[in-house]
Amino acid sequence: MSKELTDNEEYYRKLGLKCGLEIHQQLKTEKKLFCRCKALLHNDDPSAVILRHMRPTLSELGEYDGTALMEFKTKKNVIYQLYDDTVCTYEMDDTPPFRLNQQALDIALEVALLHNCSIVDEIHISRKQYLDGSIPTGFQRTGIIGIDGWIPYKNRKIRIIQLGLEEDACREVSDVGHKIIFKTDRLSIPLVEVVTYPDIRTPAEAGEVANFIGRLLRSTGKVRRGLGSVRQDVNVSIGGGTRVELKGIPKLQYIAKAVANEARRQKALLDIRDELRLRGITKGTFQSEYQNVTSIFKNSGCKRFKEVIKNKGKIYGIVLRVFAGIFDKPTQPGKTFGDEVAGRVRVIACQDVMPNIVYSNHFEEFSLSSEEINQLEKLFNVKSTDVIVLAWGDEADVKTAVSEIKIRAVDATSGVPSETRQVFPDGTNDFERILPGPNRMYPDTDSPPTPILEEHLEHIRKALPERIWDCEKRLEKLGLTEPLVKSLSISRNLKVFDKIVEKLDVNPILVAVTLEEKLKWLRRKGKNVDLISDESLYQLFEMLNENKFSKEAIPTILEFLVDNPNKTVKKAIAELDIKSMSIEELQRVVDEALTRYSNPKKISSPFKITMGEVMKIARNRMDGKLVAEVVETKLRTFIDG
Amino acid sequence: MYIIAHSYSLLNKNPKISCKYLYIINKVVRVAEEDMYKGYRGAAKKKLKELGVKVWSDVIIKSTRGIFKGVILPRAETEDDQHIVLKLHNGYNVGIKINSIKSAREVGYKKGHYKIPESEFPRSSEKPNVTLFGTGGTIASRLDYRTGAVIPAFSPGELYGAVPELAGICNLKTEKLYGIFSENMGPEQYITTAKAIGKEIESGVDGIIIGHGTDTMHHTGAILSFMVQKPPVPIVLVGSQRSSDRPSSDAALNLINSTRAAAYCDIAEVIVCMFGPTSDQYNLLHRGTRVRKMHSSYRSTFRTIGDIPLGIVTSTEFKYLRKDYNKRRKDRDVTIDTAFEEKVAIVYYYPNMMPDMIESLIDHKYKGIVIAGTGLGHVNKPLYKPLKRAIDEGIAVYMTVQTLWGYVQMYVYDTGRDLLKIGVVPAENMLPEVAYMKLSWALGHTSNLEEVKKIMLTPIAGEITEREPHNGYIILQGGIPEVDEFVGKYMR
Repeated sequence: MSKELTDNEEYYRKLGLKCGLEIHQQLKTEKKLFCRCKALLHNDDPSAVILRHMRPTLSELGEYDGTALMEFKTKKNVIYQLYDDTVCTYEMDDTPPFRLNQQALDIALEVALLHNCSIVDEIHISRKQYLDGSIPTGFQRTGIIGIDGWIPYKNRKIRIIQLGLEEDACREVSDVGHKIIFKTDRLSIPLVEVVTYPDIRTPAEAGEVANFIGRLLRSTGKVRRGLGSVRQDVNVSIGGGTRVELKGIPKLQYIAKAVANEARRQKALLDIRDELRLRGITKGTFQSEYQNVTSIFKNSGCKRFKEVIKNKGKIYGIVLRVFAGIFDKPTQPGKTFGDEVAGRVRVIACQDVMPNIVYSNHFEEFSLSSEEINQLEKLFNVKSTDVIVLAWGDEADVKTAVSEIKIRAVDATSGVPSETRQVFPDGTNDFERILPGPNRMYPDTDSPPTPILEEHLEHIRKALPERIWDCEKRLEKLGLTEPLVKSLSISRNLKVFDKIVEKLDVNPILVAVTLEEKLKWLRRKGKNVDLISDESLYQLFEMLNENKFSKEAIPTILEFLVDNPNKTVKKAIAELDIKSMSIEELQRVVDEALTRYSNPKKISSPFKITMGEVMKIARNRMDGKLVAEVVETKLRTFIDG
Repeated sequence: MYIIAHSYSLLNKNPKISCKYLYIINKVVRVAEEDMYKGYRGAAKKKLKELGVKVWSDVIIKSTRGIFKGVILPRAETEDDQHIVLKLHNGYNVGIKINSIKSAREVGYKKGHYKIPESEFPRSSEKPNVTLFGTGGTIASRLDYRTGAVIPAFSPGELYGAVPELAGICNLKTEKLYGIFSENMGPEQYITTAKAIGKEIESGVDGIIIGHGTDTMHHTGAILSFMVQKPPVPIVLVGSQRSSDRPSSDAALNLINSTRAAAYCDIAEVIVCMFGPTSDQYNLLHRGTRVRKMHSSYRSTFRTIGDIPLGIVTSTEFKYLRKDYNKRRKDRDVTIDTAFEEKVAIVYYYPNMMPDMIESLIDHKYKGIVIAGTGLGHVNKPLYKPLKRAIDEGIAVYMTVQTLWGYVQMYVYDTGRDLLKIGVVPAENMLPEVAYMKLSWALGHTSNLEEVKKIMLTPIAGEITEREPHNGYIILQGGIPEVDEFVGKYMR
């Protein structure tokens, strides 16, 4: 997608785009949030499994929450995989929570202050219902740490609604039919949730702001890194549309495209609504009928239906009056309204082998005979303006499927349904669940409130890292390139960089390149560069400053230090046999090299050869640029002389 | 009760208030408007008054830490008086310190709702009739989102709203006997319950369910086994380990399975029907005199001790694991015998126990002592003297084992033989709590120690068994590779 499509402010203003972010970032704590299990992930086989079901509970108004009911309709067997060292009876929901992890709370407070939030005086843990099984309790324990913050962006502020501290959910292993499997190791790893106001104006901005918040979080040095440690949800709506939550976008690069696609999808759904209105279809006038049509396909040549009938499954048909053509209307790149319906059937009726529905105009492609089609049309008394949709599978599931097809079709008459949607790498999205209503929050009666005392907050405030936007400006002023600024400002080496640059007379660029690029180079070579202490790094530049070696020697010395983490820089130089070199010695070495030529004028490239000779001795001891200068001067004199 | 049990959390906040009191609070809130500072006291209450705001006020509070907008919630009375609880408009609750508040402005008023949906419980003459007795708390409950308080669902209509599956099982009638936490159960409640059961049996019911907190469910199971003898229908005790307002609660499945057991199962005894494994799979039916709560929080907390359970209830069938149970009958014969002596104690022996522990029971006119002794039924020498004095003064002294599994066998070692000589009576393989209940019941009939002994050692409801089967004691030890491998093949 071109930048123009994601960054055209005028276009998205007219479209009425509203966009806000929810960034979830795991915290680097030793233990989990509500129990004392190690916060670690597993890739080996589980040591045990348990089976649970989720039941919707009544909402405040005595009604079931829409999402809750939807999840209940799926009738899933939820299997949890357990591990010995990272899962205890808390994760199994067989023990109430222990007191809130103080280390996690302190990091969350730091993050909240960095986002300029107002900190609450007392944290109350709430339960946020999730019936998809991703949490064995059926709810996530979560609490607000701060509200109403802001971060600077371009020349304005992006406002922060709230900063929450919560437990992470399980990792899904598989979801096939009525069986969903979760790994519980990730459950209850602490994470912060940063929620912004819809202050984002274009899809491109959404990506940039997410990136900025991610960097701000990393600047604490106290958040987890690696795949899955940060997850972005994006809330998107356009004028006349509805808030849709794009869930769990794993990579920043996908965000802009995902938002642009969603805006486009909502526009397409509004167009479909208008088309339906023109045809006179509203929620009130909508008409449909369904029937078991299995008998029509008793001897069908359609491979899929043969299989269904063999497995004692059923085929149902539903006619949607005056819906002809609607299912083929495009909504996203490569997707149509039919995919909207199929997505819902996939999730709620657990019909996950695609295609899971087929509708008029596509029956032939699906190998239905013209006789079968005729029978269907006759049975439903179909007019050319109608559409028939077929669904199949286990009878209970097919009934759910047919009812969901109807629900989705009715929703089309009012535009964009409020949904949580899953984003794919190509930027398109598909139905995940109905967006939960406000009734899914209630107090966690198992946890007492935790006060945040002023003295404690003050203590954290004093130790806050430099705000990343201030830091970046400072580094820019030192002449660092943009990539170096971006990298160093959230680097764990920022502290030692500041110390070196402040105390020693060295080129900040050289220091930054060494700390960021050279160390990364070593890391890519598979070396554990964390073994090099800040002290060694400082010493390295101190000795460079004293001309104990040339800057070319830095990578060699770093590599030595990684391999010998207990040895000092001094020791490294000694063992690598790097001796300092004076200008006089260099000149002598150059002179010696030159004396080897009997007739220098006959040599094709005397500079290159001489440099080669000299560098054999001066490598790592003398700055290469200086060596070149001396060789060049001497060579000129030698040849001319 | 704990099925139940939002009251549990409220109890956590204030162990002293009774459940009954909580219901009264709810009622008061429902009808009275004047409770403007509910739960607030001292400095916090004063501050609310000063600010001119009250519980349920929709406010904008300016504090030294920022501006907070939301609805003021009632506060749990046991929490400090330094904070005000606010429900923000996004549904989260936060606490605001009163001395950080600079100003507060009321912009609205949003009172909490207290209503449970109710629909008529469908009845038909083809379904069996089951009566559910409530002893406290709620079988199904709904949390009030604003307060964290519990609204119990108890009437058939309310239960039907919460667990619609019940309508397919039976015609349900409910009767609330009292509303207390299970640890507050005592003779008064045991007697009331036993009499109520007798009346229901007489009136022709096909099964009885007793909703009960899990903490002392096995105590109640034991005493009812003695007070209600030879019932013609199942009397099923049930509760829950995870409160019913959570999606993952065991309450609904426990209620469904116990209702099925009461309506259809063939075992006409006092039984406990609770989760077998921690997974949502099946319930076990435990004999009321051999069951014990064995974990403070696991769903699968109830285990039959020293024997195997009576049966398994799955969603489709009953599997009877043994044949020696009393069968369901058509007649209405039942013996209700509600004798109870309150001055009975369990003494849990520990090394270095001093004689004054026993002396004090004697001095306080106790009539019965059940010792939970070590090993095969032992206590230290210094207790011989006071125990002898107790027996001499006509106190019934019985020995059980704190190992829970196994028989009291006091003739094996000298200590046991000494205690036998003193007159301590071995209570076979009665569980300590069961022996306590039985001794209270026996002493309710007579204070003649010989008579008491006859009652105590004659099994009435499986409290003493002649033999312990080899599979009556299986506690698998986790961590052993072959155990983990074996258990790994099954859902826990």
